[in-house]
Amino acid sequence: METINLEDLFEAKLAKNEMIEPKDWMPENYRKHLIRQISQHAHSEIVGMLPEGNWITRAPSLRAKLILLAKVQDEGGHGLYLYTAAESLGITREEMLDALLTGKAKYSSIFNYPTLSWADVGAIGWLVDGAAIMNQVMLQRSSYGPYSRAMVRICKEESFHQRQGYEIMTQLSFGTSEQKEMAQDALNRWWYPTLMMFGPPDVESPNSENAIKWRIKRETNDQLRQRFINQTAIQVEYLGLVAPDKNLKWNEKKQGYDYSDPDWNEFKSVIKGNGICNKDRLLSRNNSHKNGEWVREAAIAFGKKQEQESKAA
Amino acid sequence: MNKDSQGELWEVFVQKKAGQPFVHCGNLHAYDKEMALQNARDLYTRRGEGMSLWIVLSSSIVASSPEDAGSFFEPSNDKIYRHPTFYQIPDGIGHM
Ligand SMILES: [Fe+2]
Ligand SMILES: [Fe+2]
Repeated sequence: METINLEDLFEAKLAKNEMIEPKDWMPENYRKHLIRQISQHAHSEIVGMLPEGNWITRAPSLRAKLILLAKVQDEGGHGLYLYTAAESLGITREEMLDALLTGKAKYSSIFNYPTLSWADVGAIGWLVDGAAIMNQVMLQRSSYGPYSRAMVRICKEESFHQRQGYEIMTQLSFGTSEQKEMAQDALNRWWYPTLMMFGPPDVESPNSENAIKWRIKRETNDQLRQRFINQTAIQVEYLGLVAPDKNLKWNEKKQGYDYSDPDWNEFKSVIKGNGICNKDRLLSRNNSHKNGEWVREAAIAFGKKQEQESKAA
Repeated sequence: MNKDSQGELWEVFVQKKAGQPFVHCGNLHAYDKEMALQNARDLYTRRGEGMSLWIVLSSSIVASSPEDAGSFFEPSNDKIYRHPTFYQIPDGIGHM
C-alpha cells in the first residue's frame, strides 16, 4: 500500500516538473536507468580526453597548446562531476571505474575513432562538443537533481570548447590549400560518427521511451540529431567545406535539412568493441590506472598519517 | 578502505566574493583535507568562480529528510505574526 503512495508521489513530482533528489523515493528502474546513463556519460568524458590528449604535445603553437590543455582539463572535471552525481544513487566510484577498466561499461562510440591530424582537434571541438552540448543543454532540465545541476555547470564550461574547435577549422579552411584539404578530410571522417552520438533512430532506441517518460531526457534522439544538423549545415557552408552527404538539403516544408542516416551497422559494431581505437582506449585507461596505483597508495598512507597527527595534537 | 579506494567524499562550498554566503557547488573525492582543498580549487574554481572555499566531509553533514519535511517544518506555517506584514502601522509616524 505504502509503495503505491510513494510511486504516486514520485509521478506527481515529475508531472509538476519538480526534481527528484537523492534521498527521495524512486522506482528501482529509474535508479538503474540513471546509474547506467550518468556513469556512461562520465566514462565518455574521461575516455574523451584521450583522442585530444594525443595532440597536446604536437599542438602547432603555444596558444593552441594552452587552449587544448584547458579544454581537456575541463573534460576531466566533467567526468568527476558526473561520477559523484552517479554515486548519489548508491553506486561507488570503485565499481564504476572497475566497469570501465574491465570493458563492461560503455562510453560514447565517438571516442573510438582516431585523431589523425591537427584538423581532427578542430573537428572534435566543433562537431563532437557541439553535439554533446546539444544533448547536455537538454539534460540541464533532467528530472534528477544532481544530474541536472552537473549539466548546468558543464554547459557553462562547454561553450568555449565548440568555439575553439571552430576557430581551428576556420584557420585551416581559409589557410593554404593543404590546410583546407586537412579540414575537409577531418569533416569527412567526423560527420557521420558525430551524427551517431545522438543514439539510434527513435524507432529502434530501446531506452528512449522510459527516459522520456521519466523526464530524464526531454527530447528524442532524432529530434536532437535534426536540430544539430540544422545548426551545423550553415557552419559547414561558411567554411567553404562540403559535408560528406549528397542528400543534405534544406527542406522548406519541414523547415529543416534532409540528411542521410549514418551507417547504423557501423555504430553497432563500434559499440560492440570493433571500432578502430576501442582496444587502444581501454589499454590506455588501464595503463594510467595501473601507473597511478603507487600515487593512490601513498596518498592513502599520507591521509592516515595526517589524521593521526591531528588527533595527537 | 580497500586498496583501490578513491578516498572519502567531501562537499564543496564556494564564496564568490567576500561578504557573500558560501554556496554548495558539488563534491569530490580526496584522501585528506589539504588534497580536498586543492582538488576543490582545481575542480570548481578554474574560472574565478570564487575567492574562498569550505570543504566538509560528506559523512559529517546532518540533513533533514525530505519525507518528513511536512511535519518537520510545520511549526512555522501558522505563525504569520512573525512577518512584518501582519501588523498595522498608523499613518503619519514616518518610516518603520
Ligand atoms: Fe565535456
Ligand atoms: Fe567539451
